[in-house]
Amino acid sequence: MSWTATIAETLGATVFDVLPIVAILFGFQVLVLRRRLPNPRRILLGFVYAVLGLALFLVGLEEALFPLGRIMAEQLTAHAVEGLAAGAAAVDWRNYAWVYAFAAAVGFATTVAEPALIAVSLKASEVSGAALNPWGLRVAVALGVAFGVTLGVFRIVTGTPLSLYISAGYVFVVLQTFLAPRSIVPLAYDSGGVTTSTVTVPLVTALGLGLASTIPGRSPLIDGFGLIAFASLFPMITVMGYAQIGAWRARRLAGRAASKEE
Amino acid sequence: MLANLVSFGRLILGTLRDLAPIILVIAFFQIAVLQQPVPNLDRILGGLALVMVGLALFVQGLEMGLFPIGEAMAEAFARKGSLAWLLAFAFALGFGTTVAEPALIAVAGEAAEAAAEAGLVGTEEAAREAYATGLRLTVALSVGVALVIGVIRILKGWPIHYFIMGGYILVVAITPFAPAGIVGVAYDSGGVTTSTVTVPLVTALGVGLATVIRGRNPLVDGFGLIAFASLTPIIFVLVYGMVA
Repeated sequence: MSWTATIAETLGATVFDVLPIVAILFGFQVLVLRRRLPNPRRILLGFVYAVLGLALFLVGLEEALFPLGRIMAEQLTAHAVEGLAAGAAAVDWRNYAWVYAFAAAVGFATTVAEPALIAVSLKASEVSGAALNPWGLRVAVALGVAFGVTLGVFRIVTGTPLSLYISAGYVFVVLQTFLAPRSIVPLAYDSGGVTTSTVTVPLVTALGLGLASTIPGRSPLIDGFGLIAFASLFPMITVMGYAQIGAWRARRLAGRAASKEE
Repeated sequence: MLANLVSFGRLILGTLRDLAPIILVIAFFQIAVLQQPVPNLDRILGGLALVMVGLALFVQGLEMGLFPIGEAMAEAFARKGSLAWLLAFAFALGFGTTVAEPALIAVAGEAAEAAAEAGLVGTEEAAREAYATGLRLTVALSVGVALVIGVIRILKGWPIHYFIMGGYILVVAITPFAPAGIVGVAYDSGGVTTSTVTVPLVTALGVGLATVIRGRNPLVDGFGLIAFASLTPIIFVLVYGMVA
């Protein structure tokens, strides 16, 4: 299909996506707060931009980000299967080294540059009274996402149940919460949600679905999803862990200073 | 007009910064590891340009009208003192922003396609669309509920981690009863819902509330709404899978 036809078709649907939030905000503004809209023309123009932008984004997603994720998954697994003896039935997870490397690289690179994470890490450094270094925190979160996506890919390759990993992860988070410095906890929980941006999510989803459909014996529906869940779980662990290390080092320094005085 | 152009240029740069790491990593693997031609490269490049322009235009549109109004309203409702209206607004805000979330639209579509391939729903377009819409409405409903609970929590000053831990324990407890086909989608939906549209408006509501109420720390109480909004979708989608 040509670009213009696809865009025109998507435009109609996106009006309905943006409509609820517009109706809600205007409804509350006019009916409950009884205030007139400031600058109605600018707002109308903003609505037109938002609908047009969403339509273009969704078409671009379908044409670029989804195919890219799938192509990478297919070519990287083909690379792995090439080395395999013909007719080998079992999928050996050790043949997928490049897939793991790609997953880790995508997880790390997209997270370290994420604007929302930069904001969160600056706030965390503020809350902790500069005990936490914002750069160290960003690297900690990015490592967490990289490890999470890699483990998620390993899970798809091996076909082990997702709920096992995530349940274990949640239990770990709950236990760690008791031990972590209290002020870091809300920020750590939030950092799980903010690290996955609108551009990263479709690509990572496509990567998972692509892997699940090319690796023999995997079902896209059961094995393909879950990478985003891994990417939002591990930053919580690394952020709390980073704060714990910071607190531990501060205690050790204080202990050393005290023993010097004696 | 000039100011608009400047801010639009900045947004384009912003989406470019989002895309750059992905493009660099993929380019490195293509050139250094795979050394294979990418099929339909021209179409993919055109699509990437559309993603950039589209996302920038979308955010620009939101910033012109919806974000300022939404932020001012969140603050007005926080000050107004009527609990019923505040909760109604929180629910509506969560619901409305989630329906407009681009990443969720995309993932729901993929989930519907995977479900159709697995034979869970019909392969015809109408059945797939119904599944995707049902999924999105479930998530939107759950984010609305999350904000209502989160706002009550901020008002009462209850510590956040009891809710989050309770929620995670609930997720772990009900997962074995959910059909296998929904678990992955449900777990992913938590991370997908909180992005471009939801985060700015929800954060404004939380920080506004914590600032207005005496004895609350905006840093500790204001944030945390996002954490609620990424937890409840998991529970609601798991239940949706059991019921549907």
